[in-house]
Amino acid sequence: MLGEGILKGLGETARNFAGSFVSAERLTTIQYPEERAAPIEATRDFPFLVYDGADWEAGLRCVACQICEKECPPKCIYIVKSTDKKPDALGKPQIYPTRFDIDISVCMSCQICVEVCPFEAIKMDTEFELSTTDRFGGLLYDREQLARSNEYYHTIHPTEAAEVDARLAEEKAKAEAKAKAAAVAAAAKAAAGPAAPKPAAAAAAGAPAASAPAVKASEGEKQG
Amino acid sequence: MSTFVEEKDKLPGWNRPPVIEPDGDGELLEVAMGPHHPSTHGVFRMDVALDGERVIRLKPVFGYLHRNHEKLGEGMSYLGSMPFTDRLDYMCPLTNNWAYALAVEKLTGQEVPERAEYLRVILGELTRVVNHASAIGFLIQEMGASGTPLMYAFKQREKILDLFEALTGARMMVNYMRFGGCRVDATPAWLGAVRKVLDDLPQFADEFENLLRGNEILMARTQGVGILRPELAVNAGVTGPMLRASGVNYDIRKVDGYGIYNRFKFRVPLGEHWDVYDRFMIRLLEMRESFGIIDQALKDIPGGPIMDPKAKLRGFRPKPGEAYGRIEGPKGELGFYLISDGGPNPYRYRIRPPSLINLTVLEDMCLGSNVADVVLIFGSVDIVLGEVDR
Repeated sequence: MLGEGILKGLGETARNFAGSFVSAERLTTIQYPEERAAPIEATRDFPFLVYDGADWEAGLRCVACQICEKECPPKCIYIVKSTDKKPDALGKPQIYPTRFDIDISVCMSCQICVEVCPFEAIKMDTEFELSTTDRFGGLLYDREQLARSNEYYHTIHPTEAAEVDARLAEEKAKAEAKAKAAAVAAAAKAAAGPAAPKPAAAAAAGAPAASAPAVKASEGEKQG
Repeated sequence: MSTFVEEKDKLPGWNRPPVIEPDGDGELLEVAMGPHHPSTHGVFRMDVALDGERVIRLKPVFGYLHRNHEKLGEGMSYLGSMPFTDRLDYMCPLTNNWAYALAVEKLTGQEVPERAEYLRVILGELTRVVNHASAIGFLIQEMGASGTPLMYAFKQREKILDLFEALTGARMMVNYMRFGGCRVDATPAWLGAVRKVLDDLPQFADEFENLLRGNEILMARTQGVGILRPELAVNAGVTGPMLRASGVNYDIRKVDGYGIYNRFKFRVPLGEHWDVYDRFMIRLLEMRESFGIIDQALKDIPGGPIMDPKAKLRGFRPKPGEAYGRIEGPKGELGFYLISDGGPNPYRYRIRPPSLINLTVLEDMCLGSNVADVVLIFGSVDIVLGEVDR
């Protein structure tokens, strides 16, 4: 029958139309400013700088290594290194950025800066309602506007933030152990200071023992 | 002196475009369709010479969306080009990522772990479903069915894009694949969500078919329109659903078996009438084959790492040489050609875009047909201007 296919198709639209009154799944749109879709955890928008503690300026993790600036595909990051050093979270003196600007009107949210950062200092935000009436300065964020606390990072990406914290804690523990070992060694050296000839003699005694296997190996080669 | 066309006539395998003689003694009307024409979904111009309603000549003009992608790629690191590939064919960013990653992996000789290969297949086939559903939606919209089929396709697309967002962080600009694997691992919850979406997909395909397949208006508008002969398709380098709708059995997933495609069972649908209707049906059938591939991949996906441990993210310098990575993208053969001179960025970076090359046969398909059919034939090619102009 001519028109059968059209009627079949219209039946499908009628089913969808009627279905949208009974089944919530058939309603695909939401009324945006009043209603909001459930946030997805992995969502990313624009980068921000993470800081530890209460003071954003003192706690910034960034050490101005400029890897992100170099790797950023659209080149939207601008960093100026400090000339002096200040202690970071581990207490080690580090260079810090005196300027860290991101032009988010240029940024394309690719998160390559996050991937290349060796210090877990830059992460992706989920904030997307960033419209401003200022065309030029309004979207050029400086480091104060970019700084967000680690707690904020935990609220937007809980799983990822927990992993990052675990990794940093591990690194910190390692660094502390190393520092401790260095301190112990330094103390031992200081203690051994007056009796300096003793370790030197030990080293001299150790030297032939260390070279002996090497001699053996060369002999083995000759035999082979 | 012989003309260019006469010279070409002597070559074997050259398909001379049929010359349509205007009837009557009216003047030809030259119309510029585009660059801002609703049917071109982008900026593209067709300079058409008309005799009444009939098309006598058609000249496609592209380049309005040129973004200097290839030259930019030569200036930045291998990693830096990855997010830009998302923006070529923005309907299917994951397959673009895949083709580029494949080319760089060939250049550096990296291995991809099993799990990453499976994830790539799942994501690539989901992308194919998204692309084919919306391509059909756009085609029907150009026929005059304003909105309904397209919205049905987009309803389904949105569910798949939510999956992409949950895994990669973005709906379209995913920047997901890396040289030697993938960026983030899929959680069991995510794979469960894919399974859930996949279970609904056959029902969606049935609904879509009920809505469209037997429709008399659709059949009257598309059957016997825009015929592309297989010889011409092969000679012009047409690939993808366009080529298979012309009855040529050529699918790079079968021919090349890149990745792990030789492990999956799927059929390659072929057209018999070479017209717009066949191109529409091929896309419907390929969608159904994709469901099967995703199903098999979800069943077999192993655990393990998703990145080659030796793979470097940045600052690597491949040995001097060249590599061509190609995949069966949803639109056809998508290839990336790279030449390395041993530096941190490619010496030459070139893309073989399926959209552009499929578009070159537009005139041959349109000659002699009505203006209204030009819109339809153009829609059946399924292009994205971001990839045509790069």
